[in-house]
Amino acid sequence: MTTDNTRSLISLEKKLSPSPVMNILVPVISVFLALLTGAIFLALTGKDPIQVYSVMFNGAFGTKYGLTESIVKAIPLLLAGLGLAVAFRMQLWNIGGEGQIYMGAFGATWLALLLPDQPAWVVLPAMMLAGAAAGGLWAVIPAIPRAYLGVNEIITTLMLNYVAILWVDYLVYGPWKDPAGYNFPITPSFSESAILPTFGDTRIHAGLLIGIVLAIIIYLIIFRTKFGYEIRVIGESPGAARYAGMNISRKIIVVMLISGAVCGLAGMAELSGVTHRLQQGFSPGYGYTAIIVAWLTRLNPLGIIIAALLFGGMQVGGFAVQMNGVPAAVVSMLQGGLLFFVLGGEILMRYRVSINSCRGDDKA
Amino acid sequence: MQELLLKMKQITKKFPGVLANDNIKLSVKPGEIHMLLGENGSGKSTLMNILAGLYKPDIGEMYIKGSKVNFKSPRDAINAGVGMVHQHFKLVDNFTVAENIILGSAGTKLKLNAAQAEQDIKLLASKYGLAVDPAAKIWQLSVGEKQRVEILKALYKGSDLLILDEPTAVLTPQETRELFQNLRQMAQDGRGIVVITHKLQEVMDIADRVTVLRAGKAVATLNRDEITEKDLAWLMVGRDVVFQQQKFASQFGVKVLELNEVQAMNDNSRPALQGVTMDVKEGEIFGIAGVAGNGQRELAEVITGMRTCSSGSIYLDNKKITNLSPQKIIRQGVSHVPEDRMGTGLIPKLGSVDNIMLKGYRNSYARGPFLDYKKASADTDKLVSDFNIKLYDPSAPVSLLSGGNLQKLLLAREMSLKPLLLVAVYPVRGLDVGATETVHRLLLEQRARGTAILLISEDLDEIFKLSDRVGVIFEGQINGIINTEHADLEEIGLLMMGAKQTGDMPQ
Repeated sequence: MTTDNTRSLISLEKKLSPSPVMNILVPVISVFLALLTGAIFLALTGKDPIQVYSVMFNGAFGTKYGLTESIVKAIPLLLAGLGLAVAFRMQLWNIGGEGQIYMGAFGATWLALLLPDQPAWVVLPAMMLAGAAAGGLWAVIPAIPRAYLGVNEIITTLMLNYVAILWVDYLVYGPWKDPAGYNFPITPSFSESAILPTFGDTRIHAGLLIGIVLAIIIYLIIFRTKFGYEIRVIGESPGAARYAGMNISRKIIVVMLISGAVCGLAGMAELSGVTHRLQQGFSPGYGYTAIIVAWLTRLNPLGIIIAALLFGGMQVGGFAVQMNGVPAAVVSMLQGGLLFFVLGGEILMRYRVSINSCRGDDKA
Repeated sequence: MQELLLKMKQITKKFPGVLANDNIKLSVKPGEIHMLLGENGSGKSTLMNILAGLYKPDIGEMYIKGSKVNFKSPRDAINAGVGMVHQHFKLVDNFTVAENIILGSAGTKLKLNAAQAEQDIKLLASKYGLAVDPAAKIWQLSVGEKQRVEILKALYKGSDLLILDEPTAVLTPQETRELFQNLRQMAQDGRGIVVITHKLQEVMDIADRVTVLRAGKAVATLNRDEITEKDLAWLMVGRDVVFQQQKFASQFGVKVLELNEVQAMNDNSRPALQGVTMDVKEGEIFGIAGVAGNGQRELAEVITGMRTCSSGSIYLDNKKITNLSPQKIIRQGVSHVPEDRMGTGLIPKLGSVDNIMLKGYRNSYARGPFLDYKKASADTDKLVSDFNIKLYDPSAPVSLLSGGNLQKLLLAREMSLKPLLLVAVYPVRGLDVGATETVHRLLLEQRARGTAILLISEDLDEIFKLSDRVGVIFEGQINGIINTEHADLEEIGLLMMGAKQTGDMPQ
């Protein structure tokens, strides 16, 4: 009688369909596991994880100031997350959100500096248009070779980020530098009419409304319109799209234009609502964090509102723990952990993990 | 008593939602050809993949020449003398025949003795009549020759038990006969041969014994003298099968589709269609027969606008449609059941309603820029009941449907467009007998309604059963057009291999 049993202890079996419970459960568990991993690192460095987390949470959501600041940080993440989700829905890997934010900021600044004396109802719409156009066109540059030659957009969009950031650097160090700015790499402040209105005495600005309205519009476009239907079909199955007579190349360009335009709006809103001028490094990587925001919700535009708030809170909480001697980099670590567990969670959605008992079953 | 080459006991293998193999028993004697007969999805391939070491059974034991084996990988199976010839060949295109055969079995020596290997292979090949040049590169070979290389590979590794998964699917009738002769010779040498098939005729032709699988269970093992076609069909399907579907005479009308000297490239920019001239009339099913890879796919794509026609012209209802966009061609009344139903004909991850809208979302389901989901749902419900599709949730991904239901959903959509022309490519590939009958009935109904149908199939029986005329495609040309009433299997087989048509065929 042989007792060797070659079945592995853990095996993955394909599941028929992800259950709706899992759709909610996986992101929640991912957040929990990311916190747990972070806790282990904190404990290893001699910090009390529970204390750090509670400082973080209180810093982010516990006070009125913290909460409003979290919302302020959430706005660019919300806008950029929405922009990226549109492209990701079509399996276009736009990693260029950061560059498109910078170009959107560039476009908006140009208009703000060009029209210093116009009323707000002229300047703000003009800045939004210019920001969206600059971000959108920046995304069209990699879209064209992708559409007609199949050039990998991951690389090209990523590379263009550096170009966009350096372009803004050039402007703020060079031609657009504020003569009264003590040589800081900043442009002059915008005029009153180039600044988005805020809510009460908080720093929360009208960009939040733009983001929420856009989230609803994008949701409706994706799930209720012909255009959104085409995006979903092309994303899921390019072969079926071609078979149904969809023009994929043209759609790639249009979708990248929209994606970049919404990211561009994120840049415009950040400048017009928060910094009130173009300055070097005004975005601490919103375009990259937005990738995680979009994926955490499985590209659901309405879910992005909540995910953006969570990530905005993490940024603010990160500042809060810095006071306690914990490096703010802990936030980057948590974000990385989150993405890791969300992607890992995908496996749980599509597969059933079965743990095999080792009982011998041969009765020969 | 003769020692069994293979004994499998209580083999059980579960996949989520299906019991692919349920307590299966199978034995193979040296010197016999054992057929494994069953419909698609009956568990034949799972069982053989277990035997070849690709899957591990959940429960069950295997004995080879009396000793128990427990395969951890295909290599264990090969070492135990089990050789498998897969349906899709696993050969390196840029290597020679000899290099492919010794691949993985050259031992630990650094230097290959190519000349010696070629010599060995030549001997082995001539012994069993498997004519193939060891120095030829794989890409130069025909499908039949590639299959011989796969068989030689198994023999070279010393397999006494040879498994062939649906080996005749890609062969002409003549090549099939030759293969069967070769297999018989190998069996006479004391090897055991297992052939997987779903074709009753093949069992009648060469089986020494047959094991019939149905829904994961081995329902019977019969000896040569116990086999009748009727019993086998009954065992395989679990009910009586009507073999001939009545084809009513149809009044052919005007030419709906006309191709004139059409040429097109394949995906590798090599010529795939080299001057196809043919026509399909109203109310006619025109079958395209041919060995796979002779331009069938390109023909369907060039007609439906998915591939560029490099020269020649295509007319639909006397209007030129050459190189119009797929969208325009769809609008002119061309429906298409593509070869790849998942991923081309249907979108696997979207629901049935979204899939039903695929062709009509621009017009019949559009309200301005928005989609009319209410109308699409109502239409889906109606098609589901008209076509008898088993569907539990219209919003669940269609990838959860069985092959037969998928194809019915696809046909339902394409037929609901009331096409002038229906291009159906391998419409029953992978379907079980029941679903095949349904698809055939639907095609005949469509023909009775006056639709011109271009039927591309690899199954000659299917073509004979349904078509009014058959065009044989060979190397991108229609090598001959035969009226099915006068058709002769032998002649079509010759045309499939490139022989020129002799005499005037009545059209």
